[in-house]
Amino acid sequence: MSTNKFFFAGAGGQGILLMGQMLAYGGMYDNKEVTFMPSYGPEMRGGTANCTVIVSDEKINCPMIYEADTVIAMNQPSLQSFERLVKPGGNLFINQSLVQTEPIRSDISIYKVPCSELANELGNTKAANMVMFGAILSATKILSEEAIEYVLQKVFSGKKAKHLDLNRRAIKAFKCE
Amino acid sequence: MAEKVLMKGNEAFAEAVIRGGCRYYFGYPITPQSEIPEYMSRELAERGGTFLQAESELGAINMAYGCGAAGGSCFISSSSPGIALMQEGMSFLASAEVPAVLLNVSRCGPGIGGIQPGQADYFQVTRGGGNGDYRIPVFAPSTIQEAVDILYEAPSMADYWRNPVMILADGIMGQMMEPVVLPEPKAPLLPGDVPKVKPWAASGSGYKENRSVVKSLRLKPEDLEVHVEKLYEKYAQAEKELVRYECIGLEDADIVFTAFGTMARLIHEVIELLAKEGIKAGMIRPISLWPFPYEAFDRIESKTKVVISAELSMGQMLQDVKMGVCGRFPVELIHRTGGIIPTSLEVAEKAKKILEGLK
Repeated sequence: MSTNKFFFAGAGGQGILLMGQMLAYGGMYDNKEVTFMPSYGPEMRGGTANCTVIVSDEKINCPMIYEADTVIAMNQPSLQSFERLVKPGGNLFINQSLVQTEPIRSDISIYKVPCSELANELGNTKAANMVMFGAILSATKILSEEAIEYVLQKVFSGKKAKHLDLNRRAIKAFKCE
Repeated sequence: MAEKVLMKGNEAFAEAVIRGGCRYYFGYPITPQSEIPEYMSRELAERGGTFLQAESELGAINMAYGCGAAGGSCFISSSSPGIALMQEGMSFLASAEVPAVLLNVSRCGPGIGGIQPGQADYFQVTRGGGNGDYRIPVFAPSTIQEAVDILYEAPSMADYWRNPVMILADGIMGQMMEPVVLPEPKAPLLPGDVPKVKPWAASGSGYKENRSVVKSLRLKPEDLEVHVEKLYEKYAQAEKELVRYECIGLEDADIVFTAFGTMARLIHEVIELLAKEGIKAGMIRPISLWPFPYEAFDRIESKTKVVISAELSMGQMLQDVKMGVCGRFPVELIHRTGGIIPTSLEVAEKAKKILEGLK
């Protein structure tokens, strides 16, 4: 039995909530219990955006967290604010393209992902969040391969179907050891 | 069993109430529940209903008064300051015995306050800001599934009691996503069937002698007293039939928390944290806030040392908790306000301090 708590943080417009929702959809596809809790308010288009996602084998009583197994910092302010949230032995993912400073913690696993550069190489900088999403999936193995494909097809359907291939490649762009 | 779907709280609430039979929605957007009018504007026309954006919350509640009086099954949603504007209408609906489903996706106050979650509307929804002697049943679910189940049931409940029924959620519940199982849609009441199903309604069924009159004004004191006494007979019955609560781990508990909605979910984790330190804690979770489950407090065992009301307000439910406890145990408050949700660690620490202070 395990419970995995994720905290995604960044700026509005970076696709923070989308990453969280994709994780929740994927977890549900894998028959896990899930909750997705976004920050809300005036953060759209540039303000801070964050969300908490819990993926668990058991019923989730509390959707709020005081520590996370995995924190994703998509920009500089997020690293400063939320590095402390990672529980000892947990994971910290940093978007190296937008973060200049080094993390302080030494009791956690740290993954530095050059999201924008890798997305640019694929041809669209907007896929930066999917590069990060792929890095998280590769390190944590939180979703099955089927769940990942299910989520991609769910999100990139209809008018967005033309972006499916790019995002599928973005998710594979960064492999964590 | 139906399939689980991942839904945002606000959208799940809207879908549940449509499936429960509501076909008329009057609303005015306000954070954190604007997804509800958005959902209704998209869905209701497709499903034989009417969505109408009112000019204000005052307009919305009075449209519901009119529509409900004519036998329509109405749903109204807003958030704290918007619900405040509707209080006069709620008193009128209760007085005229017009059913309606009301949802408050609450935020923090007072005044225009802020948009983050809060529970400081407890007095507003349980005591009412409208004038006169009236009551509105209020339910405070703590998960999206529970909210869906209650909202699905609410239209029939409102019709049965011929009274508004209120559901109190909060910003977190409105904005978060959780898997839910949606119940099977009920057949809506067709306008042609209103005279048969709701013979009291002013449904325009011809110039008959004893036509239905739906009204709130009663100028003769003798008439009004009889009317209010009759309402209170109904409320007394509702108090017996509508009280709902959940008791968790009251056996051998040193601390018994009382919490509703989102706070109740946090308290689950607080109980686990305290257990790791050898402190046994339980919880009374009121689901109906009116009628309040006073009887639940009789189930607290005599070895319990303290009852703690945990609230996202300055302590409003606290008064009802004290009435339920009736002097048997010390009653304390743990709270945050202004839109801040405490962490479970913070609440556990405060609870430990309270317990130590008693020794």
